[in-house]
Amino acid sequence: MQVRRNTGRVARIFSCLPFLLVFVSGVSCSDPEAGNTLTIKGSTTVLPVAQIGAEVFMDRNPRVDISVQGGGSGVGIASLVDRTTQIATSSREIKKEEIERARAAGVHPHETIVAMDGIAVAVNPSNPVDNLTTEQIRDIYTGEVSNWRELGGPDREIVAISRDTSSGTFEAFEKLALDGLKVRPDALVTASNQVVNTTVAQTPGAIGYLGYGYLSDRVKAVSVDGIRPSGETIRSGRYPLARPLYLYTDGKPTGDAKRYVDFLLSEEGQRLVQEQGFIPVSEGGRLSDQGYEPRDKSWICSSSELREIRSALRVLRSEREGGLKTACLPFPEKRDRRAA
Amino acid sequence: MRRFRETLYRWVFTILAFASLLFLTGIVLTLFWESFPFLASHDFFDTVFGLYWYPTYDPADFGMLPLITASFVVTLGAMVVCIPIGVGTALFLHELASASQRAVLKPLIEILAGIPSIIYGFFGMIIVAPFIQNLLGVPTGLNAFTASLILGIMATPTVASLAEDALSFVPRSFREASLALGANRWQTLTRVVVPAAGSGISTAIILGIGRAVGETMVVLMVAGGAAVIPDSIFDPVRPMTATIAAEMGETVMGSAHYSAIFTIGLILFFITLAINIVAEIISRRFRLKLGLGR
Repeated sequence: MQVRRNTGRVARIFSCLPFLLVFVSGVSCSDPEAGNTLTIKGSTTVLPVAQIGAEVFMDRNPRVDISVQGGGSGVGIASLVDRTTQIATSSREIKKEEIERARAAGVHPHETIVAMDGIAVAVNPSNPVDNLTTEQIRDIYTGEVSNWRELGGPDREIVAISRDTSSGTFEAFEKLALDGLKVRPDALVTASNQVVNTTVAQTPGAIGYLGYGYLSDRVKAVSVDGIRPSGETIRSGRYPLARPLYLYTDGKPTGDAKRYVDFLLSEEGQRLVQEQGFIPVSEGGRLSDQGYEPRDKSWICSSSELREIRSALRVLRSEREGGLKTACLPFPEKRDRRAA
Repeated sequence: MRRFRETLYRWVFTILAFASLLFLTGIVLTLFWESFPFLASHDFFDTVFGLYWYPTYDPADFGMLPLITASFVVTLGAMVVCIPIGVGTALFLHELASASQRAVLKPLIEILAGIPSIIYGFFGMIIVAPFIQNLLGVPTGLNAFTASLILGIMATPTVASLAEDALSFVPRSFREASLALGANRWQTLTRVVVPAAGSGISTAIILGIGRAVGETMVVLMVAGGAAVIPDSIFDPVRPMTATIAAEMGETVMGSAHYSAIFTIGLILFFITLAINIVAEIISRRFRLKLGLGR
């Protein structure tokens, strides 16, 4: 009898658990005392790294609530200057005028490089062309050159493959290779790095560009200005289609911002960087010596989908472990620019 | 009490019936609301007849003619594929197929209709595109032709099963009267049965067109995505739906680009609206001709 009544009570407690959970998580989200809020704003190229970094970081540090926003490098730096964000992400170096404006407002931008962004140019493996100059790449994409014969290849029409104009990869390629010139309108536009791989692998006359980390072994990466893309040449900046990705803080990062930056630079953070298709920069870490490793085995699932699955799993896992706070983990406001 | 319940049910079902009207109004209002900033700041005709789609450059070009043309080209191509196959299938099922053939074919066609469009997209991208590319020696298999082919295959089951339904709605007496007057099977079919089912068959075709115009995943994956007016059917194209799908998730909310994408949606909405109106007119005309009324 006693036992039965107990089970009944336990069952009743369990039955109201979902409500309890919603209640508790709701409170922990809205209660400003519960944690500190860290705002990260800026480049859409850095967004996937900042976002996944924030998710994992918040898992480890449930007291810290991180809000990651895009908007562009300029917006991020402007927000740092008017103090609406603690960390600005940027895919370019801060400009002189921006530093002056920041100084005038009493903000001292401090620069941290978290990753290198390298754009690989890929052709079909059957294409004998091994090297292209940046001028040749520009000519191909602006439509000046339309046959491989003009570049020392076979007599075959060039099929230029581009990315949708809002993607971070497109933005990087446009800045690094095109000098802001317009891509010829008859270039194929694909929706993800994976599709670039597939299309280049299938099309003998194709040329495509993609985030270095997304390069698969089904395509051939060409050297640019005689320099082969690799983790090493991209990190050193010798490879022409490479650029650093920056975080800017007001003075050296402190408190939660410092912990977040340190986390991104840690071996684990740099692994996340690599998973997002960028080149790690960490000094001394084994990771940075690994160089390029083809990760394009399961192209059915894009990396943003993977990330959603992963974060959903993480929420489930931490709910099971009693970590109620992750139940209110802010889901990505924007999808991964590189892969979506 | 009983009276109360009846009133209650009456209200509940009235509300449910009008819910779709509510959604429609909501969607139209949202489309107008979100595209208004763009329409207010850009000349509509320059946009619709503009030749270049460079939404993220500065200054941006929002020429939608390549996108609109692409949608039309791909839809027309799909029709060329799906009307003969779809209507032919329906005629075969209705006139020639034995009971056992029908028992196999009908469910298979319905399964074909139920395949998610992304599967068609994959099929097109991995199998059909390389095949077309090698077969015809075109620079890339991702082009308007391949997209039309896949869309046509996709729309076929819609056309086939609706046309078959239309044929089976033709009263038995029509056929019997025709045969009794000495017409042979072919004459009965072409002069009596098909005209009588005409409204249903045209509705089937137009719904097929509707499916092809609005289809997104297949054209996103297979059409190639070049925002240019094609010189030939073997050029890559970028239909309106693919543009919306590719760019919506990436654009800055509230920007001119964002609003321009809604404008594409608005145009697409009016195109489908026009298709539906035409479908309605055609089916009415057929009904009147046959003296069937409504």
